[in-house]
Amino acid sequence: MANLATSIRTHFAVTPDSPVVSPRGSPSSVLGLKVKERRSHHSLADSMSSLRVKASNETPGLVQEVRRNQSKRVEKTKFGPDFTEIEQRFLAFKKHEYMENIELYNSLSKNQAPKFMVIACADSRVCPSVILGFKPGEAFIVRNVANLVPRYEDGPSETNAALEFAVNSLEVEDILVIGHSCCGGIRALMGMQDTEDTSSFIKNWVIVGKKAKISTEAAASDLTFDQQCRHCEKESVNRSLLNLLSYPWIEEQVMRGKLSIHGGYYNFVDCTFEKWTLDYFKTISKANDGVLVVKSRSLWS
Amino acid sequence: MQEEDMAAVTDKYEDAIAGLSRLLSVKSELQSVAAVKVQQITAELAAAGNGFDPAARIRTGFDHFKKEKYQKNPALYGELAKGQSPKFMVFACSDSRVCPSHILDFQPGEAFVVRNIANMVPPFDKTKYSGVGAAIEYAVLHLKVENILVIGHSCCGGIKGLMSIPDDGTTSSDFIEHWVNICSPAKTKVKSEHGKLSFAEQCANCEKEAVNVSLGNLLTYPFVRERAVNKTLALKGGHYDFVKGSFELWDLDCKIAPALSV
Repeated sequence: MANLATSIRTHFAVTPDSPVVSPRGSPSSVLGLKVKERRSHHSLADSMSSLRVKASNETPGLVQEVRRNQSKRVEKTKFGPDFTEIEQRFLAFKKHEYMENIELYNSLSKNQAPKFMVIACADSRVCPSVILGFKPGEAFIVRNVANLVPRYEDGPSETNAALEFAVNSLEVEDILVIGHSCCGGIRALMGMQDTEDTSSFIKNWVIVGKKAKISTEAAASDLTFDQQCRHCEKESVNRSLLNLLSYPWIEEQVMRGKLSIHGGYYNFVDCTFEKWTLDYFKTISKANDGVLVVKSRSLWS
Repeated sequence: MQEEDMAAVTDKYEDAIAGLSRLLSVKSELQSVAAVKVQQITAELAAAGNGFDPAARIRTGFDHFKKEKYQKNPALYGELAKGQSPKFMVFACSDSRVCPSHILDFQPGEAFVVRNIANMVPPFDKTKYSGVGAAIEYAVLHLKVENILVIGHSCCGGIKGLMSIPDDGTTSSDFIEHWVNICSPAKTKVKSEHGKLSFAEQCANCEKEAVNVSLGNLLTYPFVRERAVNKTLALKGGHYDFVKGSFELWDLDCKIAPALSV
């Protein structure tokens, strides 16, 4: 890991002497683009005053404040990021991508009409735009821990708000749920001794995949823990595909042939991608909870 | 299609329908089976009609990635297969036009990315929206990221949805409005400070104010607050305007003040 850590740090050029943010009197103009760093000091009034109270109850002597309307230079620290790198990357994007494809971007600025909705893990190694080459405008993407889709009955979540928008407003044609190898969230799920444990956010969330854990333990009890995690990574995708059908406005579109549901699995150890499609009519004809029927399975290597 | 051909096809279709109706009039017990099969045919025809092959599209994308990126950087991908240590956590909108890997060129391994409607961060609450809490907890406590960047964007449908919720609070969606209401303080602020602007301009302001609300909500997570205060974690807001082709970046100022003794 040492080599990787070094190369990434250099890439971002974090140096002790570079200020975190340098004050600028007026916006600079680069490539006709006004790039400015603006200080915005947000005061949250009520919510922050309650935060202040909470902070002083919990930790005597320590109070945080967010100050409004003060141009205060943020203390530089060797841990501070060099956001000049971020600026440079955006400028490179603007020059080599945005301006080179200005007609596409002009058209996209008026409207988006992606055919795909993708649910993928937040893991830094599995961005769908990178591994499946989605260009701007092609895919509406949700990323959460362990690419989980909760059921309709479980109530509001960030994932189902996005599903509702994608299916009912954008009218996407394909939903793709992508799992991946070495998923920390699935590992946390499989490692939970007590599925009622709500002591951490992670546990509170990955429990959405509880049924996948149960079916994995039933089907793969003779495998090692690592192998069980691999099994659960795919099992949880299948569980999510079934959970998608729990949304009435999703099931209706699938039934009409307007929407297809697919599972995917990206293995970044050997760089393979497996994909399969939910066979809706065969799945529902089984009339059996948890029995998913798939079609069009393929493995790309 | 020639007129005679069309007539022949229509006759064939009508014969088929007539045949099915005759059968069902004699064997009405077959109706439910027939209904399912007709639904299936309808679905298949609807799906086949539009000519877009999703499998082929992602196959092409994956093959290109494997050949042009994975196989050309074996050292990087070999290390990534063992573990990840991203320096960034990024909140970005699910909008198809604003992927951080495109606009900020994040490479595999660099950024732990959460994408949701309008790039929102709800306040600390284990009973609601634990998905976001789980991501923050994982990024901060396990991956030990050094920066959290919340990026809003122009023409955000989620923000527009928030600004469109009527004042009496009635909602028409199952989940969307409940979600975007996380940033209702931003809407309140914009309406009070920019009430004279057009709806579109108010939305544009709200896109940025909502980022600030999310940054403030990040500080309600004790493990974030602690690290922000001792400067091991930097919080920044951003706004990508794809109409103008611009990107703004700003800080949330965070200071320790001595507690008042009461």
